[in-house]
Order: sequence, then structure tokens, then C-alpha cells
Amino acid sequence: MFPHHRRRRPLGLAMGLTAASAVLALTAACSGASDDPPADSTPDADATPSGAITVLTWRTDLVEDGTFDEYVAQFKATYPDVTDVKIEGITDYEGEVKTRMNTDNYGDVLAIPGSVTPDQLGDFFEPLGDYDEMAKEYRWITDKTFEGKSYGIPVVGNVQGIVYNTKVWEAAGVTDFPTTPEEFLTDLQAIKDAGIKVAPLYTNYKDSWPLTQWNGARGAVTANPDYVNEMTATDTPWTEDSDSGVIDGLIYDVVAKGLTEADPTTTNWEQSKQLLGTGEIATMVLGSWAIPQMQAAAEAAGASADDIGYMPFPAQVDGTFHAVAGGDYNLGINVHSKNKVTARAWIDWFNHESGFSESQVGLSPLIDGEVPAALQGFVDEVELITLNPAPAGKESLFADIDTASGIVTTDPKYRQKIVDDARSGARTKQEIFDDLNAAWADGRAEAGA
Amino acid sequence: MTTAETGVRRPTTAAAPTGRAPGTSSPGGAAGPRWRRRIVPYLFLLVPVALLVLLTYVPVVNMFWYSFTDWDGLDKTKNLVGFENYTEVFTDPENLHVFYVSLYYFVASFVQMVIALYFATILSFRIRFKNLWKGILFFPYLINGVAIGLIFLNFLRPEGGLDTVLMSLGLESLVQQWTGDPDIANATLASVSVWRYMGLNFVMFLGAIQSISSEIYEAAEIDGASRWHEFRYIILPSIRPIVGLSLILAISGSLSVFEIPKVMTDGGNGTETFVMRTVWMAFNRNMVGLASAMAVVLLVVVLIVTWVQRKVLPDDEVDLT
Repeated sequence: MFPHHRRRRPLGLAMGLTAASAVLALTAACSGASDDPPADSTPDADATPSGAITVLTWRTDLVEDGTFDEYVAQFKATYPDVTDVKIEGITDYEGEVKTRMNTDNYGDVLAIPGSVTPDQLGDFFEPLGDYDEMAKEYRWITDKTFEGKSYGIPVVGNVQGIVYNTKVWEAAGVTDFPTTPEEFLTDLQAIKDAGIKVAPLYTNYKDSWPLTQWNGARGAVTANPDYVNEMTATDTPWTEDSDSGVIDGLIYDVVAKGLTEADPTTTNWEQSKQLLGTGEIATMVLGSWAIPQMQAAAEAAGASADDIGYMPFPAQVDGTFHAVAGGDYNLGINVHSKNKVTARAWIDWFNHESGFSESQVGLSPLIDGEVPAALQGFVDEVELITLNPAPAGKESLFADIDTASGIVTTDPKYRQKIVDDARSGARTKQEIFDDLNAAWADGRAEAGA
Repeated sequence: MTTAETGVRRPTTAAAPTGRAPGTSSPGGAAGPRWRRRIVPYLFLLVPVALLVLLTYVPVVNMFWYSFTDWDGLDKTKNLVGFENYTEVFTDPENLHVFYVSLYYFVASFVQMVIALYFATILSFRIRFKNLWKGILFFPYLINGVAIGLIFLNFLRPEGGLDTVLMSLGLESLVQQWTGDPDIANATLASVSVWRYMGLNFVMFLGAIQSISSEIYEAAEIDGASRWHEFRYIILPSIRPIVGLSLILAISGSLSVFEIPKVMTDGGNGTETFVMRTVWMAFNRNMVGLASAMAVVLLVVVLIVTWVQRKVLPDDEVDLT
């Protein structure tokens, strides 16, 4: 759900510092920005892509290792009139791009930052087409659709679940995927009893963003593709049986039972990849995008890529697992771009020809795209669901309530507090749910839901 | 800046009555150099003042304006909400918790001053390897805060450096989760902060102490004063302005702690500080308006503290007689 975090980050701090320095840039830049998008230059279907464009990307790792250079070379081979494609890798993608969007200068092609609410899309991005038309070709474009116009196409689709070390789980005598949260806890206990040194489940508490990955189970627990939309209609989303309650309750239980790392404040994301490979960590809740990184780290640590497995969230409806499949970052076109034809060509080429989604062990955004081998087994056992878009006129409602409530479910902070309370016992699970529900109810009132 | 300005203005104003009349009638004539002499200092000031306005005053004015809006950092429209943001800063219990965290750093800064004063006093007397000790004590201040965070992250983690040292000394009972235990996490981080900033206080105190004339010590020694008396009646009164300055820096510093807790715990376990929460508000919760209000509050608090300090500890001449 928060794909921008997957890049290899040296330090959470880099983000904070750039954010702090961005405040200055932001305030200085905003007064100069023109508020009116230029009226001309709607992409002309017949025009040949030519000239130069700038592409902003969050995958700094792929910029550094030369993968993007190859993409650019291939793209230029397809369109010989294109003189240059400048790739800008941005480490703090969300923060920096959002700041730059206060000017006109934010590249020609860029991934749409998560903080852009649907009603703001038209101010900053060029419509790529009518939703009804594009939905025949692409999946998961509903997030970035407003009033029937689609503004972005995802580069790759992810499923949401749990990465685990197959050897460790087998050594503990667990061969079937756990089907309930209770069974999941029992299995983790079995792994702990079998003598795992670091953690049956690793929270990545200190780097914190991995805690947002648990959001991926929203909708999967009760197999309800409308779950997130329905949250906007209730004052009590956190109950014993609701998706939010099951997810956050499981985090509470797993920490309270001591099945996570002993000191969560000293976790380390980069190191966790290696520890999973070597079997010192058994389990981590992460989207399928993490699989190739975990496999690479396992191999680097002298283990095998086959040791990395992927399981669905431990909950079944009618005897079937469900997992949410969704789009990653969506590529969009800057509404101020001077070269929209080439920008559009890049997006189409990237989705159809680059092979990006397969190389990232993800699902293709194309409706008839192939499933990569590493996910085939998972897809066979699990029924994939796609969350439904918000109803017309309520596209921004969830984000508004989420922000107004102060919980910000897309941010790891409230889950860090759940982990704190589970360790110290400062609040019981029920008290946490009560507090969250009260805040959510306030948020709904404030947002006028 | 003010001194430079008045310094150069004086001769030109004196020359103005004679210079202005011909200067206006014949611009290229003998008045040229005089006219140029008047304008040159301002030309030199142009660049720094422009930078100052661009990078300090304009953003601050903008910040005040944002603090009265509900801007999310992106929206084209900014709605005025009056003092709502300020009310929220002081009523939301989670916003108030960060002030409680600041208390840890505030208390720690007194510890820091005491340690710094102790070392500064000792090293102002005759001592072997004096410069070496000075270097060692000042060194942490030269290291980047991020690096210090990383060093202590590894030093304090379970089975890290500190635990290893304690174990080898047979002090297993003292081993604990230094940042993981919510009761001591803030104290741990504040101690790291003391380790880092003590060197600065130390150097400031040392400089002030060394400006005291050695004759006063000699006189005191003849009168039979002990080392403690020398400290109590000579050193401490002499460096009072510097202590006062350190106090202001301590208060504003304890409110603006950022990099060490950011690197070491990322605000987890109840260690979130005021600045961290401001940054979170602006860039994670997308409430730039509220974050601006918090920044304004910080600015106002620092101004008030400075003003109070000026009243309580007037910047008077030190008189040892």
C-alpha cells in the first residue's frame, strides 16, 4: 500500500531532514507558481513522440544499478525521434515530489504521490482517458480516477500477505498456512519453542513504515471489497470481528505474547532482509513487492531464494483465503508538461514493453498480463480481490476522515503505539479499540460524513 | 550590521548638502565619486539582505499565514480557519505529550552544564596534558548528529557495546533495553544528547574562565582561599553572563531536539519531540497549517524565554570587587 517505501533506504532520517529543508523550499517556491494549467497541448494521438522528457522515479536502486539506463535505451530504440529521457531518482519520493508540485517543475512523467487526494488530481495531472474505456485494458486504475477520468496507470500490481522463511516454519512442524489469527499465534509460538533466536515475527517497528503494510489485509479478512469504503460510514471500525479490529488485534496479541523481537526500538530494515534469509526471522508482514528483495538478500547471505515463501493473511471466509491485489504507484503526466505526447508514450511503453512488472515479481497492470512464477502457487490457493473504488462524490472522504481523526491509518504511528501498549500493558486491546473508535467518530463528525 | 551602516553614513551625510545640488544637475561630473561613495555600502549590503529576506523573512511571514489556514501542502485553495490550529496545538493530548518529553532534555541540559562547568574549572587550573583533555572533551560536538545517533544505536542495542561492557564487569543486573523500556527511553536519549553537546558548553565556560585575570587567583591564594572558594567566589560570578546564555540555549535546545531521537527511535516508545511531531504533521498527516502553528508556537516560546532571561539576568558588567 505504501510502495514508495520499498526502495533501499539508508536511514529514516534522510527523509526527516529533507522534509525539514523542504519547508524552506516550499515556502519560497509557492508564491511563484502559476495556478492555471496551460490550456494548450492536449496529447495528440497522431503525433510522433520526440524531444526530451524527464521521468521522476522512487526506485533509486534501479537508477543506480543501471536498470533504468537499459529502459531508456530500449525506449529510444522504439522511438528514434526521442532525444533524451532524463531519469531522476528521488530518495524521499513522497515528501520531495509533493513539495515540487507547488511549482510547475515536477517532471513530465511521475508517480502520483499518495498524499494527492482524488479531487486534487485534475489540478496536477493530465487525464489519461475515460475510466470506462481504460478499464478494458488496465487493472487497479480506480484509485486515481475522479469523475470518470483516470489520471494514472499502475506500473505493477501487488498482492498483500506475509513473507516467511519456509525452512523455519517446516522445522517447527507447520506445513499448512494458518487459517485463523489464533492458529497463526500458535504457529509462531511453536516456532519460538523450536528455538528461533531473533523473532518468530519481526515488526520492523523502528523503521516503522513496514507497519503500514498490515493495511493490505483490510478487505481480505472478511472478503469484503467494500471494507475501506464502509469504514467511512461507521463510528466504530475497530471491533472484535471487523477487518481493522482483527488486524490491529493480531498485532497487539503477537507483541503481548512476546512472539516478536525483544526490543522493537532497535529493529533494522536492511538487516531484517538478511535475517529472514538466514532463518533468524521467521515471518514479516509485507506486500509481494518484498519477495525479490528478500530472495536477493537470502542469496547474498548464503541461503537459497527458495527459502522465501509467501502466505496469505491468516483468515478465511468459507474455507478460502483471500488477498487484496492492488496497484503500486500510478504513473501520471504533469499537467504543465511541454511534451505530453512523449510522456504518454513512455507510460504506455513502460506498461506494455519494459517487462518491469515481471522483473519485480508482481502482477501486470494489464488485464491479460501474466502471473510471475514466484506468485503462481500463492495465486492458486488464494482468491484475489480488488478493493472497490469509493462511490462518486465520496472519493476523498476516507482520506479526510483519516486525517481529521488524527489516527492516519496510512501512517505507522498509531500502530507503533499499539506495539508500545502491548509491551507495557498501558492499555488493553479493548481500550485501544475504544480510543481509536472515539477518534474515528470525531474525524467523521469533523469531515462531515 | 547596524554598526557598519552608521559608521559609513556619517561622513556622507555631512557632505550631502554640498554634494546633492550639483549631483542632480550634472550626473556625470565631479559629484560622481561622491554619489558612488554613498551608494557602494548599500550595494554590498544588497546581496546579504536579499538572501536574508528571501530565505528567512519571506518563509516566516508565509509560515504565519499558513498557520491560520487548513492547507494540506498541496491544495490550490487555502481556507482561513482563524485560531483553530493554535487551539489544537494546546488541546490535543498527544501534542502536549511532546512538551513533557522536552522536560527530559531540559533537565538533562542542567546536568550537561554542571559537567561542563566541572571540567572547565578543572582544566583552567594547571594540569598535565591539558590540551589533550580539552580536545577529547570537545570532540563529540564535532561529530555529525546523525553519526552519533547511529553510533549509540549500535552501542545501546541489546547485546551491543554497553551491555557487553556491563556483562564483562559483572554488572548483569544493570543490563536493560535502553531505548526499548518506555520508563528510561527518554532518559537514554537525553543522555546521548548530553554526551553530544557537553563539549560546546565546556568550551564556552572555559573561554570565559580563562578571561579572568590570574592576579585575582594569586590574591585569593594569599588570602588562603581553597579551590572551592575560588570557584564559588571568583569563577562562578565571572562567568555569569555565559551561564545565562547557556540557559537560553538549553531551553530552546530542549524544545528543538530532533536528529538523535529521529535516528535512534524515530519517535517510537513515547520519545517523540516537538520538532519531530511538527515534521510529522506537515509531511505525514498533511496538515501544513497545523504544523506551521506549531512552528510559530516554538518561535514564540524561544522569544519569550530570551526576553525573560534578559530581564532576570541583565547583561551587566561583571564586578569582582
